[in-house]
Amino acid sequence: MTVNGEERSLDLDPRTSLLDALRDDLRLTGTKKGCDHGQCGACTVLVNGRRINSCLTLAAMHDGDEITTIEGLGAEDNLNELQAAFVECDGFQCGYCTPGQIMSATGMLNEAAEGMPSHVSADLNDGVDLSDAEIAERMSGNLCRCSAYPFIRKAISSVATKEAAE
Amino acid sequence: MNKHLKMDAPQPRVLDETRQGILGKGISRTEGPKKVSGSATYAGDNHPDGMAHGVLLRAGITKGKVTGFDESAAQKIDGYVGLFHGPKFIRNNAQGMADEAPVQPDCEVHYHSQPIGLVVAETFEAARDAALAIKVSYDEEGALVDPKSAPQEDQGGPDVGDLEADMGRADVTVDEIYTTEAQVSAAMELHGSVAQWNDGKLLLQSSLQMLKFNRNEIADSLGIDPENVRILAPYVGGGFGSKLGIGADAVSAAIAARDLGRPVRVIMPRQTVFDAVLRRTETEQRVRLGARSDGTITSIGHDDLVSNLEGEGFAEPTSQASQFLYAAPNRKMQQTVSRNHRTPSGSVRAPGEAVGMLGLEVAMDELAERLGMCPVKLRLQNVPERDPDSGVPFTAHSLTEALKRGAQEFGWKDRKANGARREGEWLIGMGVASAARKNMLLPAKARVTLDGDKAVVETDMTDIGTGSYTIFAQITAEALGLPIENVEVRLADTDYPEASGSGGSFGASSTGSAVFLACQSIREEIAAKCGANDFTLKDGQVTAGGKTTALSDLLDAPLSAVGEIEKGQTSEDHLSSGFGAHFAEVAVNEVSGEVRVRRMLGVFGAGRILNEKTAKSQLVGGMIWGIGAALTEEAAHDPRTGHIITRDLANYHVASHADVPEQIDTILLEERDDYANPIQAKGVGELGISGAGAAVLNAIYNACGVRVRSFPATPDKVMAGLDAM
Amino acid sequence: MKPFEYVRVNDLISAAGALDEKSEIIAGGTNLLDLMKLQVMAPDKVVDITRIPGLDKIEPKGEGLRIGTLVKNADLAADPRIRTGYPVLSRALLAGASGQIRNKATTGGNLLQRTRCPYFYDPEMACNKREPGAGCSAKGGVSRMLAILGTSEDCRAAHPSDMAVALRALNAMIEIRRKNGDTYQLAMDDFYRLPGDRPDIETNLKDGEIITAVILPRPVIGVQSYRKIRDRASYAFALVSVAAVATVEHGLIQNASVAFGGIGARPWADLDVNAFLNGKEPSAELFGEAADLLLTAAITDEGNAFKTTMTRRALIAVMSEVTGLREASVGSDRVGEIA
Repeated sequence: MTVNGEERSLDLDPRTSLLDALRDDLRLTGTKKGCDHGQCGACTVLVNGRRINSCLTLAAMHDGDEITTIEGLGAEDNLNELQAAFVECDGFQCGYCTPGQIMSATGMLNEAAEGMPSHVSADLNDGVDLSDAEIAERMSGNLCRCSAYPFIRKAISSVATKEAAE
Repeated sequence: MNKHLKMDAPQPRVLDETRQGILGKGISRTEGPKKVSGSATYAGDNHPDGMAHGVLLRAGITKGKVTGFDESAAQKIDGYVGLFHGPKFIRNNAQGMADEAPVQPDCEVHYHSQPIGLVVAETFEAARDAALAIKVSYDEEGALVDPKSAPQEDQGGPDVGDLEADMGRADVTVDEIYTTEAQVSAAMELHGSVAQWNDGKLLLQSSLQMLKFNRNEIADSLGIDPENVRILAPYVGGGFGSKLGIGADAVSAAIAARDLGRPVRVIMPRQTVFDAVLRRTETEQRVRLGARSDGTITSIGHDDLVSNLEGEGFAEPTSQASQFLYAAPNRKMQQTVSRNHRTPSGSVRAPGEAVGMLGLEVAMDELAERLGMCPVKLRLQNVPERDPDSGVPFTAHSLTEALKRGAQEFGWKDRKANGARREGEWLIGMGVASAARKNMLLPAKARVTLDGDKAVVETDMTDIGTGSYTIFAQITAEALGLPIENVEVRLADTDYPEASGSGGSFGASSTGSAVFLACQSIREEIAAKCGANDFTLKDGQVTAGGKTTALSDLLDAPLSAVGEIEKGQTSEDHLSSGFGAHFAEVAVNEVSGEVRVRRMLGVFGAGRILNEKTAKSQLVGGMIWGIGAALTEEAAHDPRTGHIITRDLANYHVASHADVPEQIDTILLEERDDYANPIQAKGVGELGISGAGAAVLNAIYNACGVRVRSFPATPDKVMAGLDAM
Repeated sequence: MKPFEYVRVNDLISAAGALDEKSEIIAGGTNLLDLMKLQVMAPDKVVDITRIPGLDKIEPKGEGLRIGTLVKNADLAADPRIRTGYPVLSRALLAGASGQIRNKATTGGNLLQRTRCPYFYDPEMACNKREPGAGCSAKGGVSRMLAILGTSEDCRAAHPSDMAVALRALNAMIEIRRKNGDTYQLAMDDFYRLPGDRPDIETNLKDGEIITAVILPRPVIGVQSYRKIRDRASYAFALVSVAAVATVEHGLIQNASVAFGGIGARPWADLDVNAFLNGKEPSAELFGEAADLLLTAAITDEGNAFKTTMTRRALIAVMSEVTGLREASVGSDRVGEIA
């Protein structure tokens, strides 16, 4: 598979989740394990551009896929816009759910751009206006126990607004 | 060169005189770029060469003895290394500041799902499989798991005046039972440890909050000298009390690593975190309030029943805030502890206030209702002059201002009669509650080294999301007049001076005081070198007697000092507490009883604010925990085995994004607490949760007229009230 | 997780060939892996069908649609034909799980997801569904999330799907490929079995059979609605959910079809209730009577007795919106004549 643009080849126990493969075999520990059952979102990565829980899929099933993890967005000294917005808006405290929040937001913004509706969309066919309520619903698969939620959404919203303007 | 301060008297407000202008500013977290890029390393991210993987075994009975382990099936598993158990294994996490090993029950089981052994294998998959392949045999004994029927211990409590007599003659009374369900910290980072030994010394990378205590706890558990333990915890993925004391992950990893002569990593699965990490007890609270018809409260009673396992010294201090929040001549607060066999209980964010203020502040709302009085006015009218119990004066006390300011900013005057405001099938209401969280000062040390115009701070303090990295840099930059980029903060290594640790909202102010004192010592040396007492430090330069010199020119060698703080007389002759007021607006669905918080405002007085941005974040985080406590969080226990049924994040409902409104704001009142510590700051980590849930619950009542007294107010409970109307 | 053989197949013939008694198909894997980690499920072989071409299409079929078994929940919810003709299905999907899970979970997998009964999920607790004959520890336990309709002495687990509730209301058919390559269709009530004394057998799928598609009949004109009541505003299983479609003609209800989640051993529908509603003038009283009819067979205990009242209130509210008695709120969408 391709991870953050780099071809990687692994010989794994078939039981290995994509999450464990990233963390323990590729040593990309930015992707976090918070529940291992798809209930917290800390392990969110992009597979072929779409966000999924990497804990709930087998690494072996992703042969040939393109995986993007937090390490693929921007390094500490070269943050991308969303990462920088999280720092600026204080969209985290302990930082543990943060890579998942950022990867999820990245995927979510793509979904919104494609016009995918959400549970709170008043009209299923009327395009997506990324209000705070829309972002909140779409990000609800990412728990944050420090409860930085309002600040996370402010960060996402600032980037979404910028993207919409461009 | 070192500076020690026993806080016996108020100290000068030095940090109001300094010129760097960085303290208090809402600067972004200095470690932020690491966290958003995935390069901050948490305990479980460590992967030393040759590491084996451990998975904890779980007791399948509630009480009894383990009589044997059958490893035969596990031994057939590829990569199986071995099973570890025995007298050094611990029953549960150490309580906060225990400083010694928790109960080591050997083969005894005291609660369902107690960790009873560790299975180690070459891979995580093999270890997890093997843990389920071990067959454990038991001698089972009967266990009492219901707090109502288990043996109860009377713990006493304040009893002043004659509450019963006064309740009999008061014009208006409230005498109600409120219940809260068990809760858990549910920090996002799983509890985990990586242990490795070198020359008889243990290096433990673990997810912990209070390293100086943790070192002694693990050393005592293993029977080794604390000198031979080094703990590192540079990043901790949330604690909220759950990581105050060492857990089974650390002890078992250390035992296995020592026996195997190789590093071992043990990360608790989320279910084990629910099973085996200290929970917050369920509570049953009887709140009694008596008042004259003019709203003067004459009686406050707050009795509570909590539970814990035998051998645990902790009991949720449910009535803590009730003891000083309002004045009343007659006061009685009796605590009863039930000794049952549920997962033991311990500190979870704001132990005491988090649940006790739900009872007290909902009762206050009921009293206001019965008096026909505005709930804000009722509170304002009963703010005490002095601590009602001890009679000592309060330090900075902003309850009155917080209530007034909050009422104004929130638009409290627009609050309608119960059930009078509707939008479609949603009924809208507002609620208020006071906030209070006792402030503490703990012994702490920190070392600051100034080399030219660059400083390094070293202390074993942790940053569990609380902002330690950032605020210590701010304190140092402010006190020494340095650009913040010139301060490096090194934390969470037991080789550094012993800090307070993170807990009880005392971390920033206690260890921050130590950092400040170290800087003070360095400032004195600078003064001596300048030969002037009157000097200013700014941007790496010192100005004295009209002359400005670069620090790098002034200092020919690095200056280093350890600052040390401990509490003193001021905590005896004053009561220091954070205060505040919560306002909430909710919408209640008249069909389903579902509640949505539409907006919240918290106004707080917490002394000097060290970083406006991180302080607000913590306060808002606490308020959101209040939403969880009011509406969703419940660790349900099986009525027969006592074990936690809602033992994952799908079934234990912490607030999700969608449960939290966009408008959740805070106002920080300008305050200095001179009696608290030399930096005049108080804790903020727990003040935000204290009372927050009650504002939500009171808003439900205003919205729809349904008074829920069994928390959380899940849709079924609110709906039952609506259905009965 | 127990070791297993991982087999990837590229066509249905090999898939059917690879299946045996101790194997499981993996597609999205969001529930299967969840359960395998706990060893609640422990197949010897896992057959990965995600690379089989053609199973991820939504295509016209008769007057309705044929939804391939590998269509992801997120894609199904967003498909313009579903949004306009079957909005109740979009709504139900969007009410379920999280964005991440919907991007992975498939149509066929969603139908086959197992109950979230906490006693089923905990290998230390006796469960007849996990281990036939072991006993049911949910009985006398914490019952908040358990079913009240269709249960048995041996099992009171609720079916957790939102999607399947909407599909039941839409009278969807499930297309199944037999081992020999033929396909046939089952109505949902024929697909799902009630627990009885074998709660471990949840569907009438036979060995070697694979769900290949879900067939939707022509859209029902009128307002369609999905309402989910849950403990958290998002990302929680239903306490009670209601999916409903109906047409109102000349002031009378036609084509009423209502299904329920959170309360049934399977995605629950009661044909008597639908029949009772049809041909009548909409009113809150009528819907209340329909609820009474639905709930006569309910078996509750202290921990889930609230579900009867909640179901009743939800049914009245949803049907009021579907029949125009009340203004449609978010979750109710109008389906017009399809050109």
